Amino acid sequence: MIGLSHYLTVAAILFVIGVFGIFINRKNVIVILMSIELILLAVNINFLAFSEALNDLVGQVFALFVLTVAAAEAAIGLAILVAFFRNRGSIAVEDIDTLKG
Amino acid sequence: MALASLFFYLFAAVLLASALMVISSKNPVHSVLFLILAFLNGAGLFMLTGAEFLALILIVVYVGAVMVLFLFVVMMLDVDFAELRQGFMQYLPVGALVGIVFLVELLLVLGAYTLSPIAAETAALPTPPVDQVSNAEALGLVIYTRYAFYFQVCGLILLVAMVGAIVLTLRSNPKAKRQDVASQVNRRPEEAMEVRDVASGKGLQM
Repeated sequence: MIGLSHYLTVAAILFVIGVFGIFINRKNVIVILMSIELILLAVNINFLAFSEALNDLVGQVFALFVLTVAAAEAAIGLAILVAFFRNRGSIAVEDIDTLKG
Repeated sequence: MALASLFFYLFAAVLLASALMVISSKNPVHSVLFLILAFLNGAGLFMLTGAEFLALILIVVYVGAVMVLFLFVVMMLDVDFAELRQGFMQYLPVGALVGIVFLVELLLVLGAYTLSPIAAETAALPTPPVDQVSNAEALGLVIYTRYAFYFQVCGLILLVAMVGAIVLTLRSNPKAKRQDVASQVNRRPEEAMEVRDVASGKGLQM
């Protein structure tokens, strides 16, 4: 029987894969954005697993809001990426140093 | 129930395998395609938890819109992706170390916690039985009433994201022909046309 802990385990592994993806693809912004999407998917699986385990609909409502924010974040991130590529001709993270931070 | 378990393991295995392929694939186009596969299997998991509406939203919005946006950007940018993979092996040990430590910590938490026995009774909003109220209907009954403010804020976030994305990527083209409303309104009949009295059968010398 599939219970709460099964879902939480899958979500935990998925979250770690997302964090790991940010670490090993440190130069490629596109893959970093995709890793963030994986992390947000893991969070949503957690929300829905608890929603089912506690018989509470609020988890689904919040997962819906997380989806909305994630879609907006992806759109803005990709727009910034396109604007940056037009100006500098590169998307490597280490070239994003105009502000000398 | 055995069938549900079978599907859970199928979706979970394909989800995790394709997530690994997303971060390790050499070609970003393959990464995006594996991300689509990951989201489809994530939608399967959503469906197994009973969130049918969100599962279908995930397919429509994510696979249909966001992933196509990713694919579009990856294919539009003329980037040498092999160069971006330099240092992949260099970051691998640190990343693997952090990842394993993090995963072990998360799994230790999972092994040790117990859900309070009264937790299910304190639900803020108990899910109505599916045979009476469908999932989409149950969500709709609360989103537009109890969570109306959050719903509106979501709409506002999407509006700001849309305006921001357009402002960031729109380039003004000086050669483009545009309508100048002020000059159109300022135009007077005297300077636009001339009325002549043409004699019959004579024609008109311009």
